[in-house]
Amino acid sequence: MNSRLAAITLNTFREAVRDRVLYNLIIFALLLVASAPLFGEISIGLEKLILVNVGLSAISIFGIIIAIFIGIGLVSKEIEKRTLYTILSRPVRRWEFVTGKYLGLLLTLVVNTAFMTIGFFAALLIATRTFTRDDAGLLVAIYFIILQFFIVTAITLLFSSFSSPVFSAIFAFALFVIGTFAEDLRNFANLAEGLTKWLAIAAAWLVPNVSSLNVIAQVAHAEHISGKLVLFNTLYALLYSTAAIAVAVLIFERRNLK
Amino acid sequence: MKPRSNSTIVAVAVLVLAFVGALLSLSQVDQVKGKQATLEEVLYIPSGKTLKKLSLGYNSLLADIYWTRAVQYFGHKHQEEELHYELLNPLLDITTDLDPHLIIAYEFGSIFLSQPSPAGAGEPDKAVALVEKGIRANPDYWRLYFTLGYIHYFDRKDYKAAREAFQTGSEKPGAYFWMKVMAAEMAQHAGETSFAEEIWKRLYESTQDQMVKDNAQQHLTALSVEKLIDELNKRVEFFRQKTGQLPSSWYDLIRAGLLRGIPIDTAKNPLKLMPDGSIQVADPAKIPFLTKGVPPGWKKPKPHEPQ
Repeated sequence: MNSRLAAITLNTFREAVRDRVLYNLIIFALLLVASAPLFGEISIGLEKLILVNVGLSAISIFGIIIAIFIGIGLVSKEIEKRTLYTILSRPVRRWEFVTGKYLGLLLTLVVNTAFMTIGFFAALLIATRTFTRDDAGLLVAIYFIILQFFIVTAITLLFSSFSSPVFSAIFAFALFVIGTFAEDLRNFANLAEGLTKWLAIAAAWLVPNVSSLNVIAQVAHAEHISGKLVLFNTLYALLYSTAAIAVAVLIFERRNLK
Repeated sequence: MKPRSNSTIVAVAVLVLAFVGALLSLSQVDQVKGKQATLEEVLYIPSGKTLKKLSLGYNSLLADIYWTRAVQYFGHKHQEEELHYELLNPLLDITTDLDPHLIIAYEFGSIFLSQPSPAGAGEPDKAVALVEKGIRANPDYWRLYFTLGYIHYFDRKDYKAAREAFQTGSEKPGAYFWMKVMAAEMAQHAGETSFAEEIWKRLYESTQDQMVKDNAQQHLTALSVEKLIDELNKRVEFFRQKTGQLPSSWYDLIRAGLLRGIPIDTAKNPLKLMPDGSIQVADPAKIPFLTKGVPPGWKKPKPHEPQ
């Protein structure tokens, strides 16, 4: 990574930490660990299932909220505070600024998720007293959640490159919700005919397929996640977010900042 | 070249390559997930009541989504002519828990459930339970009684229950007059082809839905071919009794004055007289729902298979 990109990445990360965003994860971890014994009271045999579903869903939801709400301010804040002009007056290219911001937020989310994962496994250990081999599958689910963050952060940054923070948040969240129905959209496309079919196919391929990245239900039931799914989901998330960042760069390159 | 136009070209190239790569990866994900579909099939939330609480008041929207899923699930299994539709009943149950007034889910869902496999799930008892659930939630909707009577008549062969359903339905507001007629005729003509024909005719005339109309029309066509085969069987038997041997072709019956010409089915194909005296249609695929005159062991070709 070039030094300018690394500097923007680290600065974005530091800024997010200074925003006390990471405090939420400490609260999350403490709450989850503290409530773990309560899950055992709910029902015999269900405590682990509920803990896994609640824990992984919370990691995913917290992360997506952070990705959207920090992501929308990444560009607009710099313009508002006029710090963007200082940055771009130095030998920093616009694509480096956008990509650095993206990587900085991703770093924040990965650290956030790492802390939440520690809290989650601590809660799991308290509730079940031991780890089993199937629990390794939980890490795959968490890895997929991080891949979701890759996509959500990229689309948030894409919208914030041309829209106001409020609209960026609405667009990004709406696209994420539509993405969770991407498979239904493709099923609909298969049943439709004529122009509707082609429009539905185009929409289905264009929206981010985040539903494939959600395997919480499977790992909660100790189902095996195939290596191929891990490989192709990784490729998909990396390439889709790269495409979204490329569009953000193209828009930002043309944006009149005067 | 300016550095900015350089980065534009790179960004466009990255965009195109990454997007195409993402689509290719996604198609691979679909293939891998296809193999895991059976695992996912069992992972739906089994309780509609729980889903209703989780839906934050948007339960009718969620019901529509679940109904769409039920239709897609049935459509996929139906197309593949699979024998098991394990998730159909839970999906319909969730749909109708979420929106007890979604009439279409009871009317069509119960038919999906009751039809014998591979056309349907072959679970008429569950279909009856679904329609009865619909009647409890919508007691004045007479068409649900018609659907209930239909399932009892065709799939459960319980003519008494069918008569009761038609009778009760006929007393509901807005019920067509023929519901009462059907309830009355059921006592005498239950089990006869003519009565089945009557039900399909009534359904054909009363429905606004083109799919239901087409389905009724296909059943009527199949019944008319079956009636023709029954009549021809009688003439073959008459010939056998008169001559002491089976006719070797339709011409034997024509020469004996028992037929005017070679009989043809509704698809305009001549019927085949087999050496054992049985009668078969030339192309059963063109006459869906036919139960007589189908060659032994014949299976409807799947859409992607050559006929």
